[in-house]
Amino acid sequence: MPQSEDIIRSATQQEYKEGFVTEIDQEFVPKGLNEDIIRLISAKKAEPQWLLDFRLKAFARWKEMTPPEWGHLSRLPEIDFQDIIYYAAPRRDEDRPKEIDPALQETFDKLGIPISEREVLAGVKSKVAVDAVFDSVSVSTTFREELSKLGIIFCSFSEAVREHPELVRKYLATVVPAGDNFYAALNSAVFSDGSFCYIPKGVKCPMDLSSYFRINASGTGQFERTLIIADEGSSLSYMEGCTAPMRDENQLHAAVVEIIVEKDADVRYSTVQNWYPGDAQGRGGILNLVTKRGICRDGAHLSWTQVETGSAITWKYPSTILQGDYSSSEFYSVALTNNYQQADTGTKMIHIGKGTRSRIVSKGISAGFSENSYRGLVQVLPGADGARNYSQCDSLLIGNRCGAHTFPVIRNANPNSVVEHEATTSKISEDQLFYCNQRGLAPEEAVGLIVNGYAKEVLSRLPMEFAVEAQKLLSVNLEGSIG
Amino acid sequence: MSNILQIRNLHAAVEGKEILRGIDLDIAEGQVHALMGPNGAGKSTLGAVLTGRPGYEVTEGSILFKGQDLLAMTPEERSWAGLFLSFQYPIEIPGVSINNFMKAAVNAKRKAAGQSELSPADYLKLLKSKTALVQMKGEFIKRDVNVGFSGGEKKRNEIFQMAMLDPDLSILDETDSGLDVDALKIVADGVNALRSPSKSSIVITHYKRLLDLIVPDVVHVLKAGRIVRTGGRELVEQIENQGYDSIND
Repeated sequence: MPQSEDIIRSATQQEYKEGFVTEIDQEFVPKGLNEDIIRLISAKKAEPQWLLDFRLKAFARWKEMTPPEWGHLSRLPEIDFQDIIYYAAPRRDEDRPKEIDPALQETFDKLGIPISEREVLAGVKSKVAVDAVFDSVSVSTTFREELSKLGIIFCSFSEAVREHPELVRKYLATVVPAGDNFYAALNSAVFSDGSFCYIPKGVKCPMDLSSYFRINASGTGQFERTLIIADEGSSLSYMEGCTAPMRDENQLHAAVVEIIVEKDADVRYSTVQNWYPGDAQGRGGILNLVTKRGICRDGAHLSWTQVETGSAITWKYPSTILQGDYSSSEFYSVALTNNYQQADTGTKMIHIGKGTRSRIVSKGISAGFSENSYRGLVQVLPGADGARNYSQCDSLLIGNRCGAHTFPVIRNANPNSVVEHEATTSKISEDQLFYCNQRGLAPEEAVGLIVNGYAKEVLSRLPMEFAVEAQKLLSVNLEGSIG
Repeated sequence: MSNILQIRNLHAAVEGKEILRGIDLDIAEGQVHALMGPNGAGKSTLGAVLTGRPGYEVTEGSILFKGQDLLAMTPEERSWAGLFLSFQYPIEIPGVSINNFMKAAVNAKRKAAGQSELSPADYLKLLKSKTALVQMKGEFIKRDVNVGFSGGEKKRNEIFQMAMLDPDLSILDETDSGLDVDALKIVADGVNALRSPSKSSIVITHYKRLLDLIVPDVVHVLKAGRIVRTGGRELVEQIENQGYDSIND
């Protein structure tokens, strides 16, 4: 079908709007990875001994580990971990430490991220508290004071270590242990900053909290750590976004997110991942190798919603341990790959408690020469009486040079549980395209519309402003895919 | 009266097989032309060629639409120029509401004409008047395009879209197939309401019952890729009574 091929090619190629570089004076640690570098990073943050010990122990573990090779990611290059700068931060003006550098302000303005409360209060944006991370440090966290009146702690990870060490120490690495996997171990050794959030018992967080991650410096990696604790009966909606400059080199992003959802608490975690995906020939782009996991106590609920449009390589499985009885979790995912992008993403739902429930809805969209895989594990342990899981994995192919794959694993050790799995694969048909064209929709617009329709079930789960953003991203990232 | 459509010696093939074998057809502004003929005569192919459907290859001939070379235009350009096809088999688009679909279509046409997008209030007004035309309830526009529609709903949806886009030339490809009497009447009333001295239609059908409701100015009989007879309503009667075999070159 040569005609629809052309259409798809032109509909999936478009510029990456966030690909600019900020000119700013930054400090770096020397390139490479060893104990001295880790001590240097820890010293820069004036960390307590126990945290340095944690890092060094993780580093020792990591040195004995090898990168996982089971992902369907043929283009994941061998990473030279000695060729990466593990810490880069904009220099602070010593005289005015509280002020945000105008270059940073401008950067986040350009990205549409409100890092000053003024902008939000002026009513331009809906009220969202933002922790903005630029390379290795958090540069601004908004609405901290207002939130603190409710006992909510929302700050950078480094500040949490200084101001609430008991909380960090109590929860750090309890969901993702340092030796969990190769990249989590690396992160545990070198993590620089990230967001910390604690919602006290019974408090419903009055606004969405969010983290925005920006990679800027060349030759660096970003290794942030996010720790979210929702105490008993509390609730929280959390959003996460990210972008990076366009470069011919690959840059590594190896993050860890841990979420503790205590009894009867409710956390919604939404991600719009828009790292630089590389160019149309597959040069450059972020290697996004991320471990995200939450644990639910009795009656708790954790919902993951992700829209993955960026990164050259995505290796990511936001997962939930349903430890508590009658806890529940959902994973809603749209993963779009185009050109030479490769994504291996999915979830793990581990049913331990009685009456636990999980639901997985995964929508993969592949275009160009990309490869898009769903990988999932649903595990029901012997004690999980009455557990239920429903999984639905759909793949949409655009053109005929891309691949869609599904690797679902079900391990059910409890006869009193129900696990259901459904999967479909479809193509955007020539008939659908022509129908839209006949109604006056140009091919690019038609593909955007069809893809957004396909992903609607997931997009409708996102917080309002995020949903609009995600819809645009899906259309934009498909430009040039009609081919 | 000037011609909105002028087809000369049109030959077209599908997968190398010639289906249209020399069509000549003029349609004047404001006219309704019926196109009848046995299965496989090329009626739907003509609709497909006019709208630029992929897979239909024009091997010879020319088409002028409002004085422009239609064959040089993409399907969406033809739509913007005022050409509409009511599909014989409307296509499902899961997850896309009729509302969003039409908003995009109406604004795409406006953009192509250098106009600004319709304001939400004006769009809503347009929507209301056109859903009323095909007797669709308010929830109708929230449904996904053609997904789970009955045969009658699909055809009403086509006429609704036609009304929304206000084309100069509409091709109704067997819009009567699969309709019960009531649905047929709703569709025909809708089409008739849109008739005007500047709007033209090609009504492709096998049956008199549609042409009793949408009364054509001219009737053509298509056989084996050629128009073998052109006349008035009396042709419809003849076909109804004696079949297509009674009409030859």
